[in-house]
Amino acid sequence: MNIVVCVKHIPDPNLPAEMDGKTLKREGVQGVMDPGDEFGVEAGLQIKERLATGDGESGEGEVTLVSMGPAAAMEAVRRGLSMGADKGVLVSDDVLKGSDALATAKVLSAAIQKNGAFDLVIAGVESTDGYTGTLPGTLAEFLGVPHVSTVKEIVSADGGTLKVNRQTADGYHVVEVGLPAVISVTAGVNEPRYASFKGIMAAKKKPVEQLSLSDLDLSGDDVAVKQEVTELSKAEEREGGEIIEDDGSAAAKIADFLKEAKVI
Amino acid sequence: MAKVWVFAETTPEGEVDPAALEILTKAREIGDAEAVVLGPGATKAAEKLGEFGAATVYASDDEVYGDYVAQPATHALHSLIEEHSPDLVLFAMAYDSRDVAGRLSAKLGSTLMSNATDLIDENTARTAVFGGATLVDVKLEGSPKLVIFRPKSFEAAPSGGSADVVEVSVDIPDDLKKAKRVERHIEEATGPRLDQAPVVISGGRGLQEPGNFELLDQLAAAIGNAAVGGTRAVVDAGWVPYSYQIGQTGITVKPSVYLAIGISGATQHIVGMKGAKKIIAINKDEEAPIFQLADLGIVGDALKILPQLIEEVKTRKG
Ligand SMILES: Cc1cc2nc3c(=O)[nH]c(=O)nc-3n(C[C@H](O)[C@H](O)[C@H](O)COP(=O)(O)OP(=O)(O)OC[C@H]3O[C@@H](n4cnc5c(N)ncnc54)[C@H](O)[C@@H]3O)c2cc1C
Ligand SMILES: Nc1ncnc2c1ncn2[C@@H]1O[C@H](COP(=O)(O)O)[C@@H](O)[C@H]1O
Repeated sequence: MNIVVCVKHIPDPNLPAEMDGKTLKREGVQGVMDPGDEFGVEAGLQIKERLATGDGESGEGEVTLVSMGPAAAMEAVRRGLSMGADKGVLVSDDVLKGSDALATAKVLSAAIQKNGAFDLVIAGVESTDGYTGTLPGTLAEFLGVPHVSTVKEIVSADGGTLKVNRQTADGYHVVEVGLPAVISVTAGVNEPRYASFKGIMAAKKKPVEQLSLSDLDLSGDDVAVKQEVTELSKAEEREGGEIIEDDGSAAAKIADFLKEAKVI
Repeated sequence: MAKVWVFAETTPEGEVDPAALEILTKAREIGDAEAVVLGPGATKAAEKLGEFGAATVYASDDEVYGDYVAQPATHALHSLIEEHSPDLVLFAMAYDSRDVAGRLSAKLGSTLMSNATDLIDENTARTAVFGGATLVDVKLEGSPKLVIFRPKSFEAAPSGGSADVVEVSVDIPDDLKKAKRVERHIEEATGPRLDQAPVVISGGRGLQEPGNFELLDQLAAAIGNAAVGGTRAVVDAGWVPYSYQIGQTGITVKPSVYLAIGISGATQHIVGMKGAKKIIAINKDEEAPIFQLADLGIVGDALKILPQLIEEVKTRKG
């Protein structure tokens, strides 16, 4: 089975976010592979391994990482390779700076198609920095395949069909999808492995294809941004209230507050 | 006047997603509002959509929209758009809607804005970043423009109107029937719905262990008309089901009182609860960001305070 995993390089979410004019500053800040994408990489590796150990079809096939981002995004690709993915594709082009979700999906779809035939594409449910959560669907439409979002469990993968549990607002649905397909996985889907020292060393030798927009036969017009930030403003701030140290009377204080708010 | 469409989700019983009614209320302020609702329950749902301001509702009760994920609905909505050329198509941030919107964006080549919190005019939508501290206005190009709104962005108000219901009959090609729902599991919840309860008691990792959520249930029972929720941290840890999650990737709540217990106040959590009328926080770290928005902040040990609070509430209720 050929599996593609989308990995995004984002500003380190543990550092305070900075603005660059009217958008989030992304360049010259410490970056990491989106923590949400670790679940996608792990899911891809697990499916490949499960098939390789014989429950299902033959274990042939690869896990390929695909990313669009600045040159520094190579770090995210290497991270996924050190977890165990086989190879990577990184699309970098100055024109792509500030791309919206539509352009990103178009580029990733072109890169995936150029990489060759695929059975499954895995993405995170939403990126930590952009969180539009729409990319997997848009990507699937460009690829002309079905997609299942918010997958919280991969039940089985064989015979050209994937069976998954899809998170819903009030429970979950079991969905069977014919491959090829796109899925997006939640943080509950697995426990991502740590990259071992051996894995990190091996990752340095794994192939990463670097592509520009013209390698994908796309022009600047194809990826023109169709959204413009016109204004930033401060939201009305909530006034902080009274903060007290519990000296044994806090519970009574809260109960009084609830009474005053007329909820008890 | 701009033609503004709302894509509404419904249950098979015909109960419309409340977020669709909120968005519809806003849509009629901006232009001529119409709605699209697909799947079992649609015709019944259309009535309600009419009461909230949709002059025309395109509806189909066809099971194909419930049985197969995203593709049939995208196909039908796309052909309706080609036929009627709306200027805007608005969606609620709900799972199926988000999937349809994402696919539609590729089909139309239209830009799609997600996580919107307001619609300024027919070309501009607003979103909030940094936990709602900064508002960002975004101008969208092309037609139709696609926007997904966070639930509870607007207050739903009936218009006193009624809809002209137009039955949708679009053939769905077989190759769009590939992702099939084979089972549906509903996690039974007791008490009021989290997004409708006047009091929400929410727990975080500060509760130390899953068993301590029991204290929140007891407090909810003592208060009455209260629902229990949590942070993503406790959901990911498997302490409580996903349906408890409040925040960016979960539910948005706007109760009269929100109790944040052992919750740090990460921006992704705050966007889901900062609309509460009153916020009470208990945290043992006085530096916790949640205190910046608390009307009453208690620096202390939640596990010590909770049992006392349950007793205090019981006494006051007599
Ligand atoms: C893309 C993305 C989406 C996300 N979406 C969501 C979302 O929808 N909802 C959400 O909640 N989070 C979301 N998060 C996660 C969010 O960033 C935080 O990690 C999470 O909200 C933290 O949960 P917490 O407050 O329970 O845990 P922590 O941050 O670990 O906080 C625990 C708190 O408990 C306090 N504490 C410890 N012991 C006690 C005690 N005995 N008594 C009182 N207080 C105590 C501590 O001081 C601390 O402040 C998202 C993150 C990402 C990247
Ligand atoms: N530039 C990118 N490169 C690779 N994958 C991406 C990129 N942007 C988004 N993704 C993937 O799409 C998922 C959803 O992203 P989003 O729709 O932007 O919230 C992410 O979790 C990633 O797996």
